[in-house]
Amino acid sequence: MKRRLSRDREDRPSSCKGPADSCKRVRQPAEDSGDVLPDWARLPQEMLLHIFQYLPLLDRAFASQVCRGWNEAFHMPELWRCFEFELNQPASSYLKATHPDLIKQIIKRHSNHLQYVSFKVDSSTESAEAACDILSQLVNCSLKTLGLISTARPSFMELPKSHFISALTVVFVNSKSLSSLKIDDTPVDDPSLKVLVANNSDTLKLLKMSSCPHVSPAGILCVADQCHGLRELALNYHLLSDELLLALSSEKHVHLEHLRIDVVSENPGQQFHTIKKSSWDAMVRHSPKFNLVMYFFLYEDEFGPFFRDEIPVTHLYFGRSVSKEVLGRVGMNCPRLVELVVCANGLRPLDEELIRIAERCQHLSAIGLGECEVSCSAFVEFVKMCGRRLSQLSIMEEVLIPDHKYSLDEIHWEVSKHLGRVWFPDMMPTW
Amino acid sequence: ETRGGNTIESTVATMVVNSVHWFRKGLRLHDNPALQEALNGADTVRCVYILDPWFAGSANVGINRWRFLLESLEDLDTSLRKLNSRLFVVRGQPADVFPRLFKEWNVTRLTFEYDSEPYGKERDAAIIKMAQEYGVETLVRNTHTLYSPDRIIEMNNHSPPLTFKRFQAIVNRLELPRKPLPTITQEQMARCRTRILDNHDERYGVPSLEELGFKTFKGDSSHVWKGGETEALERLNKHLDRKAWVANFERPRINAQSLFASPTGLSPYLRFGCLSCRVFYYNLRDLYMKLRRHSSPPLSLFGQLLWREFFYTAATNNPNFDRMEGNPICVQIPWDHNPEALAKWAEGRTGFPWIDAIMTQLRQEGWIHHLARHAVACFLTRGDLWISWESGMKVFEELLLDADWSVNAGSWMWLSCSAFFQQFFHCYCPVGFGRRTDPSGDYIRRYIPKLKDYPNRYIYEPWNAPESVQKEANCIVGVDYPKPMINHAESSRLNIERMKQVYQQLSHYRGLSLLASVPTIQEEAEPPMSDDSYASSSTAGEARQSSIIILTGFTVQLSVFFALFLSVNQNVTTLPDLTKKSFTMPKKINA
Repeated sequence: MKRRLSRDREDRPSSCKGPADSCKRVRQPAEDSGDVLPDWARLPQEMLLHIFQYLPLLDRAFASQVCRGWNEAFHMPELWRCFEFELNQPASSYLKATHPDLIKQIIKRHSNHLQYVSFKVDSSTESAEAACDILSQLVNCSLKTLGLISTARPSFMELPKSHFISALTVVFVNSKSLSSLKIDDTPVDDPSLKVLVANNSDTLKLLKMSSCPHVSPAGILCVADQCHGLRELALNYHLLSDELLLALSSEKHVHLEHLRIDVVSENPGQQFHTIKKSSWDAMVRHSPKFNLVMYFFLYEDEFGPFFRDEIPVTHLYFGRSVSKEVLGRVGMNCPRLVELVVCANGLRPLDEELIRIAERCQHLSAIGLGECEVSCSAFVEFVKMCGRRLSQLSIMEEVLIPDHKYSLDEIHWEVSKHLGRVWFPDMMPTW
Repeated sequence: ETRGGNTIESTVATMVVNSVHWFRKGLRLHDNPALQEALNGADTVRCVYILDPWFAGSANVGINRWRFLLESLEDLDTSLRKLNSRLFVVRGQPADVFPRLFKEWNVTRLTFEYDSEPYGKERDAAIIKMAQEYGVETLVRNTHTLYSPDRIIEMNNHSPPLTFKRFQAIVNRLELPRKPLPTITQEQMARCRTRILDNHDERYGVPSLEELGFKTFKGDSSHVWKGGETEALERLNKHLDRKAWVANFERPRINAQSLFASPTGLSPYLRFGCLSCRVFYYNLRDLYMKLRRHSSPPLSLFGQLLWREFFYTAATNNPNFDRMEGNPICVQIPWDHNPEALAKWAEGRTGFPWIDAIMTQLRQEGWIHHLARHAVACFLTRGDLWISWESGMKVFEELLLDADWSVNAGSWMWLSCSAFFQQFFHCYCPVGFGRRTDPSGDYIRRYIPKLKDYPNRYIYEPWNAPESVQKEANCIVGVDYPKPMINHAESSRLNIERMKQVYQQLSHYRGLSLLASVPTIQEEAEPPMSDDSYASSSTAGEARQSSIIILTGFTVQLSVFFALFLSVNQNVTTLPDLTKKSFTMPKKINA
């Protein structure tokens, strides 16, 4: 329905004046043959609803201009449960934004229908402000899902903290049934988390709050203590504590499904605290199937406290250079490892470390190596040992060092053989 | 030189052939079939180059590129002089210039080398049409690439290969590229004398940089790359000598020396066509077979040339290849719009010496090593600044000698993980990568002299040096050299999340694996079968699951996969030719 129709059609009586020609074509044969053919304007609302659910918003909006019946269908609550507000300024983004008039309409007519809402904002403060503005008006909303997503630099962090908090707490207080909350890179703080907990402790299942610098370990502990249905949690390492893990493993608490931890260095030489092995053990006992996802962004010499004891990590990402020694410890202490991604290591071959990982990480099914070095023979050995459980094998071409046994051209056949599918290393243009 | 007599018979009998060979790229006399066609049986031949300083796309051309071009034109002119001819440099736009020349010179034949780029094809189609109206026969020959891009596309079921591996698989099945032709000889030229006017230099001479409006300085000897066919062929010999001496055809691992401009580097000469890619190809091949006792060389020997072919092929039918919006193969990523940050990057003021040195070398000399390109491209886009690859592409277009439309745009899309199914996890650290490549720091010291007294320990991250060290090195960070413009750990953390968000939204992957967010295409040795039955029975939902594509072993036509992959993203124009594929239920938007 891409035809632009004049808006005054809304005022006409409900019989279809819209795609008038096609209506006539539909009707005339009916009158001739005596068969009953559908009158498009009189389609049952359930049917219209079903069809509209397949249309993107813009097409639905055009359809709503066709006749009153279709316009009513357009405004049915079921079509307004989910909405993604896109807030972009031309000066800071190439993307289009949700039209301000549409936003007004939604707040006016549909704010009490909204259940699953997300805000996508670009790097400008105006966009973040606009998001807060809308949030403050969602007083009649009983949201189940709320996501605040920065598509570029986190603009929520540039707002005055109190402004953001007051807008957010409107939702916390009024929703009372929030199940999923994504507030990464925002200035949320401990008191606002208390408000969240006071109103939504029974329903909260997912909380993603990576890089929220105003939250303290006590703040997140409060959430874990009260929200026993919490299944997914994402936060920064500085918020992680033994108490938190124990709270998440308490009897009252459901099984945790996944825990995502970002370990980020603010200043070089930063010291990180350690988590006791017993705390991790308690987690595994309580939630044997849980996934522990850890993303490291540290300098090489900041890894001291990590991987000294067994840790139940399943997905491991090293975003900066990580030393051979640390990778050796990973092999020793991460028996549950499923995915390992290494951006860079430095120019000493990781042969031994890889073999050890193949031996001891029996669940490893995905590995990615960036700026590293591995001899071809060791790599083939690694693949042979892992066999077909490797469903993701992403190795940059420069990683593989040809040796007496294999050249670069031969290695992909060897590896393909052991993997059971055709495999090539990742390439970069050499132009 | 005028058309023959008054009767039709005499017109036919005394039909004079006045040829014009139009140089655009292909600035050489060797391996130039189009030029040979111009000479073939001609009475006169004139070689022209049309200088159009305002033609869209080349408005963004820096001084090094102009210099290289002018030197190449001078070289052509010199070579033609030895053959008793000259180069005719004509100012203006082809569409205006040709009618004038056709009339003035009574042109009957026009020849030029095929240009596979969309803009080029459009311009040439118009010229050919116009030539027809003037009764001028046009002959075009394909020699800028080893193969015909259309042929490769045809062999890949009518769509360009979107992975390098598939591209190589297809090339492997082709016969060898056509052998290069020798250079134009005295004899050939002697048969077609061209009258050179006394005022040739004034009217048709190669302009100088000053005439084009550039300011040059005396003793400005920074042009490390000298343009022209002569230089190109000399370099080729040196390049081959070095390979023979090394007797090693493996891809050389990067070392500190590789960062500096090589006297045997050939990429700008291939871009301008001063060196024929076929000559390079066959010379490499022959050398390999001589040294390795006649064993057939692997495709990896021609890596550089094949990447070039790959991008030309990918771009030839896609006029939107150089932008994100409206480009069916480009992932729509919500890049940031930040002119200030872009300027710092472009001008080498990021505060990261590794990045700044590379951008300085680029601006001064016009060439940087391909790994240096990866480093700065990653920094600008998905690594640190989150700025669109289109902006980076434009800066390279201005400064990089070997950047042409297809290869530049394609490389930027590749490096920013916007196309070609690239994994985005590997991020080049603006400190670590540089340090690992050149531990001595000499590269930094050469291009950022201000930092030359910094010790190796701090030269890649001067902001971490204690004040005493900074004072001793006579370069205070924040005063004499900029502070780092971002925090790399924080930026890379943010950006890996952004990339993951984008890819997960596209592929609807809900799992935890970072690697699985990017769909992988099963590479087959054989090009895909025409597999419409699979395409029509699959739902949008199924095809999005990368695991199904791997495990079922079906070969999926890339165009189908991509259309399904991209169709749910409303910002992207889906691939046009989906007439054969039928979709079942599209996904419910409000699920």
